[in-house]
Amino acid sequence: MSTHVDARGLSCPQPVLMTLDEIKKVRQGEIEVFVDTDTSKENVSRAAESQGWQVKEIFEAGEGYKLILGKG
Amino acid sequence: MSQLKNFFATKWGIIGVGAFIGVFAALLQKWGNPGNMGICVACFNRDIAGAVGLHRAAVVQYMRPEIIGFVLGSLIAAYSFKEFRARVGSAPIVRFILGAFAMIGALVFLGCPWRAVLRLAGGDGNAILGIAGLIFGIWIGTLFLKNGYNLGRTTKTYTSVGWLLPIVMLGFLALMLVYPQIDGKPQSGILFYSVEGPGAMHAPLIVALLVGLAVGFLAQRSRFCTMGAFRDFLLFRQNHLLLGLISLVVFAFIVNLIVGQFHPGFAKQPVAHTMHLWNFGGMTLAGLAFALAGGCPGRQLFLAGEGDGDAAVFVLGMIVGAGFSHNFGMASSPNGVGPHGIAAVVIGLLTCLFIGFTMRNKSA
Repeated sequence: MSTHVDARGLSCPQPVLMTLDEIKKVRQGEIEVFVDTDTSKENVSRAAESQGWQVKEIFEAGEGYKLILGKG
Repeated sequence: MSQLKNFFATKWGIIGVGAFIGVFAALLQKWGNPGNMGICVACFNRDIAGAVGLHRAAVVQYMRPEIIGFVLGSLIAAYSFKEFRARVGSAPIVRFILGAFAMIGALVFLGCPWRAVLRLAGGDGNAILGIAGLIFGIWIGTLFLKNGYNLGRTTKTYTSVGWLLPIVMLGFLALMLVYPQIDGKPQSGILFYSVEGPGAMHAPLIVALLVGLAVGFLAQRSRFCTMGAFRDFLLFRQNHLLLGLISLVVFAFIVNLIVGQFHPGFAKQPVAHTMHLWNFGGMTLAGLAFALAGGCPGRQLFLAGEGDGDAAVFVLGMIVGAGFSHNFGMASSPNGVGPHGIAAVVIGLLTCLFIGFTMRNKSA
């Protein structure tokens, strides 16, 4: 069961804040994060990795990206 | 291409970009820019406001090519790596006001975060108060961010919207070429030029433009941001951007030592005053305004170059804010704060608090 975060259209640090909130909430499993800039893609990836999560996959999705983050 | 793309987002990428900016900022000073002002985004936008007559402070009027280069360099980088995305609609009026007050605060201290660290690298002890104020202001901003402060989402728009600020910058460059500086004259055509003071000190146009383009390109790739450096550390304990900023200080310091530009002390520093409380207070206002707007003044220029129309509005707010700042006697001088500088800081802080407290989205 994966949850998702939609951070499209939001500028930094919102996508990172939202992702970290979700990470705190679910603790492990999978999270889908939608972002619309390369900057947000990099920032979210860096933040997830700093919390011991992995960036499993990154897809181009519409005008941005879908990141699949996972742990456990 | 993608390897290069990834490199700039790495630790060594951001450290390299910080080093590049530090070295060339110190060299720009050697090549003619004012003391400890190799690059100052606030001061240079203020000089541009003077060049087009939005204020008539005779000593700070010059169309700074570095600013033009920052926007156009970022535009080139964004197109080269397919990152140009025209977007608007995240509370532009708020960004305008934040830009204006960020500028007003920075001009009480006499420098933006970029110049604050360059002043430190040049030995100016007053910068310590400014940087402390900056961090304090950003810290207040992080409290708002933690409590749901959010200016809302942007939406995609016509590509040409994202081109507007770059076109304005091209227009400024064209004006400089059509109305070049005439030695000893305060005006050339419709442009104003300082004949003395900091506005009269500048590196040659082509050198300043090329350095500006290079910095704009590299900063777009690396997301270099002087406010984000402190914000990310305070919010997430992440030191990525901070490493870039530290690298800037270290390399500017080394070059200053080599070329004889390091003069430690508090008194008689170039384009600086020693009123500690207001160095701190001015930068608290600037730091809070930058944090609420999501980027330092340089980052706003780079974002505007990659199509962010809201960042472009912030930039215009800064230029207009500089006009108010000098017209209303709010800007400092080496003699100390202006007659209305203290009132401006208080009003600016109240405005930022109003924005921070009232623009919260509980569900975000």
